Amino acid sequence: MAHAHSVKRHKGLMDWLTTVDHKKIAILYLLAGGLFFGIGGIEAVLIRLQLIKPMNDFVSAQTFNELITMHGTTMIFLGVMPVIFALMNAVIPLQIGARDVAFPFLNSLGFWTFLFGGLLLNLSWIMGGAPDAGWTSYTPLSTTTYSTTHGVDFYTVGLQIAGLGTLIGGINFLATIITMRAPGMSFMRMPMFTWTSFITSAMILFAFPAITVGLVLLSFDRILGANFFEVSNGGNPVLWQHIFWIFGHPEVYILILPAFGVISEVIPTFARKRLFGYSSMVFATILIAFLGFMVWAHHMFTTGLGPVANALFSIATMLIAVPTGIKIFNWLFTMWGGQIRFTSPNLFAIGFIPTFVMGGVTGVMLASAPADFQFHDTYFVVAHFHYVIVGGLVSGLLSGLHYWWPKMFGRMLNESLGKLSFWFFIIGFHLTFFVQHFLGLMGMQRRVFTYLPNQGFDTLNMVSTVGAILMGIGILFFLINAIVTAFKPKGVADDPWEDGRTLEWAIPSPPPEYNFKQIPLVRGIDALWKEKMAGNKGMTPAEPLGPIHMPSPTILPFVMSVGIFIAGLGFMFSKEDFSNSFMSLIFNNWIVVIIGLLITFGSMLLRSLYDDHGWHIEVEELDEEGVKA
Amino acid sequence: MKLSITIMIVVLIVVFAIAVYVLIKFRRKKGQTDVPEQVEGNFKLEIIWTVIPLILVFILAVPTVQKIFAFGDDHYNEKGSVQVKVTSHQYWWEFEYPQYGVKTAQELVFPTGKNIAFELKTADVLHSFWVPSLSGKMDTNPDGTINRFSFSTDKEGVYRGKCAELCGPSHGLMEFKVKAVNPDSFDKWVAAMKAPAVLPKDQALAETFKKSCLSCHAVGDQGGPVAPNLTGIGSRESVAGILLNEGQDGGKPVKENLKTWLEDPQAVKPGNKMPAPKDLGLTDEQIDGIADYLANYKLNY
Amino acid sequence: MSTTHAETVDGALPHEPEKATLEGRNKVLSFWLFLGGEAVLFGTLFATFLALRNQTNEGPTANELFSFTTTALATLILLVSSLTSVFAVQAMHRHNVAKLRVWLIVTVILGLGFLGLEIYEFSEYVIAEKFGMTTSAFSSAFYTLVGFHGAHVAFGVLWISVLIGQLFKKGLTVVTAPKVYVSAMYWHFIDVVWVFIFTVVYLLGKVG
Repeated sequence: MAHAHSVKRHKGLMDWLTTVDHKKIAILYLLAGGLFFGIGGIEAVLIRLQLIKPMNDFVSAQTFNELITMHGTTMIFLGVMPVIFALMNAVIPLQIGARDVAFPFLNSLGFWTFLFGGLLLNLSWIMGGAPDAGWTSYTPLSTTTYSTTHGVDFYTVGLQIAGLGTLIGGINFLATIITMRAPGMSFMRMPMFTWTSFITSAMILFAFPAITVGLVLLSFDRILGANFFEVSNGGNPVLWQHIFWIFGHPEVYILILPAFGVISEVIPTFARKRLFGYSSMVFATILIAFLGFMVWAHHMFTTGLGPVANALFSIATMLIAVPTGIKIFNWLFTMWGGQIRFTSPNLFAIGFIPTFVMGGVTGVMLASAPADFQFHDTYFVVAHFHYVIVGGLVSGLLSGLHYWWPKMFGRMLNESLGKLSFWFFIIGFHLTFFVQHFLGLMGMQRRVFTYLPNQGFDTLNMVSTVGAILMGIGILFFLINAIVTAFKPKGVADDPWEDGRTLEWAIPSPPPEYNFKQIPLVRGIDALWKEKMAGNKGMTPAEPLGPIHMPSPTILPFVMSVGIFIAGLGFMFSKEDFSNSFMSLIFNNWIVVIIGLLITFGSMLLRSLYDDHGWHIEVEELDEEGVKA
Repeated sequence: MKLSITIMIVVLIVVFAIAVYVLIKFRRKKGQTDVPEQVEGNFKLEIIWTVIPLILVFILAVPTVQKIFAFGDDHYNEKGSVQVKVTSHQYWWEFEYPQYGVKTAQELVFPTGKNIAFELKTADVLHSFWVPSLSGKMDTNPDGTINRFSFSTDKEGVYRGKCAELCGPSHGLMEFKVKAVNPDSFDKWVAAMKAPAVLPKDQALAETFKKSCLSCHAVGDQGGPVAPNLTGIGSRESVAGILLNEGQDGGKPVKENLKTWLEDPQAVKPGNKMPAPKDLGLTDEQIDGIADYLANYKLNY
Repeated sequence: MSTTHAETVDGALPHEPEKATLEGRNKVLSFWLFLGGEAVLFGTLFATFLALRNQTNEGPTANELFSFTTTALATLILLVSSLTSVFAVQAMHRHNVAKLRVWLIVTVILGLGFLGLEIYEFSEYVIAEKFGMTTSAFSSAFYTLVGFHGAHVAFGVLWISVLIGQLFKKGLTVVTAPKVYVSAMYWHFIDVVWVFIFTVVYLLGKVG
C-alpha cells in the first residue's frame, strides 16, 4: 500500500472508515455480522437455558420476551443479512469480472447506515429496555398502551435505518450485475451465486419499502399519536400483519436464495463437475422469488381471513415445493458421477441438503391451512423455520465462508478445526430442533417463557438445550479457527481448492484493489474451468494493459450515517419528559432531529457539489512486484 | 394430515437414499486424476422431478381445500349449537353462554356430543384460543375482525387450553381448563351458576370481600365484570388457570393454591392486572378467610 | 469503472450526455430501480389509506373536508411542472444550458407553488376543521400518504435548486447531465404519484 498516489490514502482506522473498496466493505460486513450474530447467539443460549426445565426462573418473563424479540430481530436483520452482504461484496464483482461495484460510494453508505441502525436497535438493552413484542411486533401488543418502554421505538427506528442500508445495497448489486459484467459474461453464463444474489437484490428492492412503511406507521402511532392500529379510533391491527408479512415472507427467500447460490458453487467445485441443470436452476430461482411474494398470508391462517383466502394461499405455498425440489435434485445429480472431496466447505454444503429438505417438507405440511390451525404458533413452527434458516441458511453461509475465506484473506482456514466445527454444529443443530417438532405436536406453544410440568415437555426441552450448547461450541470452533488463521502468514495460491471454476479463482488471493489487471474475456459458463480444460494457464484478457481508474476513499458515508443515527434518536425521544431542562429543550423541539438531518443532507450536498474524479493506477505500478496491496 | 405426513416421509426417504448412495459411490479416490464427464443436465430427469412433485402437491391440495371450506363454515346460529362468546384478557379467559345467560372464567364447561360454536374476541391485545387435543386454534381479534369457529367432542374429560399468540409477559401462563361433561351435568352446572351468590358467613369478612373483591370480580348475581368470575371457583380444576388443584398431575389443595395466588398475584402471573390484596389493606387473616371461603364455594353438577 | 475517464468539455458532448459515461448509465439505470422501490413504498401507503379511508372516528369525513378547487389547482401546477422539466431535458439534449437553467427554475417555482398550496390546505384542515394527525385512522392515513408525497416534492425542489447552482458553476458536462436527467425522472415520478393521490384520495373522497 506504500505507493505514491495522486490521492490521499488513509491508514489504520481511517482507512476502514473511508474505504469504498468492495473487498474491504465485505470484511466490514463480516465483522458487523459476526458481532450481531454473536449477540443473537448469546440471546438464543439464554432462551434455551430458561427453558431447560419447567417453571424455571433463570430469567423473568419480561426479560424472556425481550430476549426472544431481540434474538429474532437481530438474527434476521442484523446477523445473517450482513454475512450475506459480506459474501456478495467479496465475491460478486470478482465472479463477473469487474473492478468494483457500480456505486462504491453507495456501497459504503449502505454498510454504515446498516451498522448504525443495528447499533441503535441494540442500544435498547442499556437505554431502558429492549423491544418485547416479538420480532413480528404485532399490534396492539406493540403499541404504547401495552408496551410502555421505548423498546419498540428502538425496533421501529433501528430497523428503518438498517433497512435503508439494505435497500441501498440491493440496488447497488442489481446495477452492478446488470452493467458491470465482463465481455462475454452473458446472463446465462453467470455463476449461480451471482444469479441468486441478483434475484435476492431484486426481492430486497420490492420487499423492504413495504416494511419501511409498516415501521413508519407504527412509529407514528407510538410517537405522534396516529391511529393506524388504534382500534378505538378506527385503526385496524390486522393491517399491520398484512404489511409485516408482505415484507416478511419475501424476506425469508431473500435470506435463503444466496445460500442456494453458495451450495451451487461449492458442490460442483468439490465434485469436479459442472452444475447439473443450470438453466432449470435459474428458472427455479426466479419462480421461487415470484411465488415468494404471493404467499404472505400463510402466516395468518388463524387470523381469520376466510376460506377463500386460506385456500389460495395454501396452494400457492405448496407450489413453492416444486422449484425447491428441482434445486435439491439438481444438486444431488451434480454429485452423481463426480469425484467428491469432503473438505470443510463441502461438508457444510452436503449437510445443508438433507437438513433443508426436512425444513422444506415441514413447510409443505404447514402450508395446509387445516393442519396449520394445529401447528401454528407452536414449537413445530419454531422447528420448521430454524431448519430452514439455521440448518439451511447458516450452514450455507458457513460453507461459503470456509470456501471463500482464502480468497478474502489470503489464508486457508484450518481444515481440522473446520471439520470439528461442522460436526458440533450439525449434531447440535439436529438435537436442538428435531425434538422441537414433537414439542409442537404435543401442544407446546412458542414464545412461552416457561411451561407447567407433567405435559411430557421436560425431557425434550432438556435435549434441545443441550443441543443448543453443542451448536454454540461448533460456532466457537469456527471463531477460534478464524482467529488462529489470522496469525498465519498470507500466501495461498490463486486457486487454493485447485478445482475452482469461476473467475474469482483466476486472480491472486486476496485480489489487488483493482481485482483484474486486465478485464478477462469470458468464453462460456464456468469461465476459468473452461480455460483450464482448454489447457490455458489463465483467462484471456479482453483489453490491453492500461491505467486503471479508481474511486477515491471518503468519510462522507460514515458521517451521513451518524447523522441519520442522531436524527433517529432525536425522533424517538421527541415526546419524552426529561427532568433536565436542556434535554427537554433540544429533544422536545425537534432540535436533535434537525441537527441529525442537517448532517446527513449537508454531506449529501457536499458529495453533489464536489465531483469525485477518482485517481489512476498507472501501468508501471501494475507491473511492479508487490503491487497486490 | 396423515396423508401429508405419509407423502413427506416418502419424499424424505427418496432424497436421503439418493444422497447416501451418491456420497458413498462417488467419493474421490486417492490418485484419481481424470476429470469426470461434465454433464450439462438431463431433460427427461428434470421433467420427472418437476412433474412428480406437482402431482404430489395436487394430491395434497384437494383434501386441503375441502377441509378449509368445511372448517370455514359458520355454525354459530345453527340449531342445536351451544354458543360460547370467548373474550380474552391479559391473562385470563372469559366465557359467556348467551343462550343460558351465564358467564364464567378460566374454565370452559360444555356438554359432550353437541356442536360448540365460539365467537372469539379480545378485550386488549391479540390472543389465540387453543385447545390442542380438541381442535386447531383461532386468534381473538378486536372488534371489527371477530372470528367464529366450532368443535365438538363425545369424550367426557378435562382438557388443557392455551393462549397461542404472544400477549405479554405471562403469555405462557395464560392457560385455561376445558371440561366436557354429559348434557345432564351441563344443565345442572348452568342451574348452579344461575343460583344466587353465596357470600362468606362471617359478616365482617363478607363486607371486606364485597368491598375489596367484588368491585371487579363477580360471584353469582353480584359483583362486577372487569375481572374473572369466581362463581364456584372451589370446584374448578385450577386457580388462575395454572395453579392446578388436587386430582390433577402435581395438583395441590384448592385453598393452598388460592392462598398462593392471593399472597402475591404478580409472582404467579407477572404483569397481570390484579392488585395484591395486601396492598388493598387485607390482613393475612382476611386473606386466609377469603381463600377458605372461595375454596369451599363449590358447584354441584 | 471505465479505464478511460471521460473528461469531455462542453461542445463535444454527445446527443444524450447523461448516457455518455458508464457512471451516467449506471445512475440512470439504478434510478429506475430506485423508483421501483418507491412505487412499492407508495403502493403500501395507498393500500393503507384505502383500508382506513372510512374510519373517520366521528371526525370530519373526506366529503366534508376536501375542496375541489384547491386540489385541482395543485394538480394543474404539478402537471405543468412535469411538462417544464421535459422542456429542460430537451434543452439539455440540444446542449442549450441557458434554456435548461430557465426551465429548471420554472419547475422549481411551480414546485414551490404546489407546496404552498399544500401547506395552506393542511393548515385549513388543522385549524378550521380540527382535523389533525390524531383525529382518526382516516386522518392518520391521509396525512401520512399526502405528507410523504409533499416531503418528496420538497426534496425535489431542494435537489433541483442545487443542480441549478451547479449548472451555473460547472456548466453542462457528462457529470452534471446524468444528475439533471435523473432529477427529471424523479420529478415525473412524484407527479404520477400525485395523479394517483388526486384520484384515490380527493376524487374518490368526494364521490364515494
